[in-house]
Amino acid sequence: MDIAFFIELGLDIASAALMLTGAVFLMAGALGMLRLPDFYTRMHAAGVTDTLGAELIIIGLMLQSGWSLVTVKLALLGLFIFLTSPTATHATANAAYKSGLKPLLQRFRPRSPDDNGGAS
Amino acid sequence: MGRRLLYGVILTLVLAIVWLLLSGMWWHGIITGLGVASVIMSIYMAARFGVIDGETVPFTNLVRFGSYWGWLGGEIFKANIDVVKLSLAPDLNIKPVMTRVGVTEGSDLAKTTFANSITLTPGTVTVEVEEGGFLIHALDESFADQEAFIDMGKRATRAADGEAG
Repeated sequence: MDIAFFIELGLDIASAALMLTGAVFLMAGALGMLRLPDFYTRMHAAGVTDTLGAELIIIGLMLQSGWSLVTVKLALLGLFIFLTSPTATHATANAAYKSGLKPLLQRFRPRSPDDNGGAS
Repeated sequence: MGRRLLYGVILTLVLAIVWLLLSGMWWHGIITGLGVASVIMSIYMAARFGVIDGETVPFTNLVRFGSYWGWLGGEIFKANIDVVKLSLAPDLNIKPVMTRVGVTEGSDLAKTTFANSITLTPGTVTVEVEEGGFLIHALDESFADQEAFIDMGKRATRAADGEAG
């Protein structure tokens, strides 16, 4: 039981925690995509997956790979996701807006199926 | 001319470092030679296109951008939690809104940084870039806070243009 063992163990636990949290956010983004009502609101849920979800998993992988060139590559990958994903999101949103898709602009509050026999 | 030369030298250094980090071939005869050739080719083409300037080589203000990205990361984290809370609430209750934020000052780089920061933060997306501002779609009224947008715009302008901006 030397100190290196505990450092290794700590890194493993930290990276597992980061990747699990990332996976939870990916899952939440996917569920949000299914639940939200229209194109524009779903885009916001997709934003959760490609910011916090992806970045947390990349940071977790960086802890796994240790002090090596792989870590540098992962850091660059994170940076590129950080820079390109808003551009892609904006391009998609702008294309939808330009081609005349009207966003839903009222309060969206579906009634629970328990309220009146199954109408959503 | 002197400034363009400086940007050219910085771009060469950055390209060489990125190539070395990505390939890991620090000294491998012919492969390192090909790397040097590809850097020279890239610089030659960039110079011929006339795109070597402060906007395409934004490495001189990396420290300012670094601290801005740190702040933005915190904002993204908070916004993520809010979006997840809203979209996973058992009783879905949102009111999407479109809002405008006026943007008049700052360079193109500052405006791009601002628009991208808005899009990167979950809950808000820049839908349209107009003459005097951005058209933003927000998932809920609570994300469409003018004060917060203006604060973010000021920080983005400061990061891209320096203290004067």
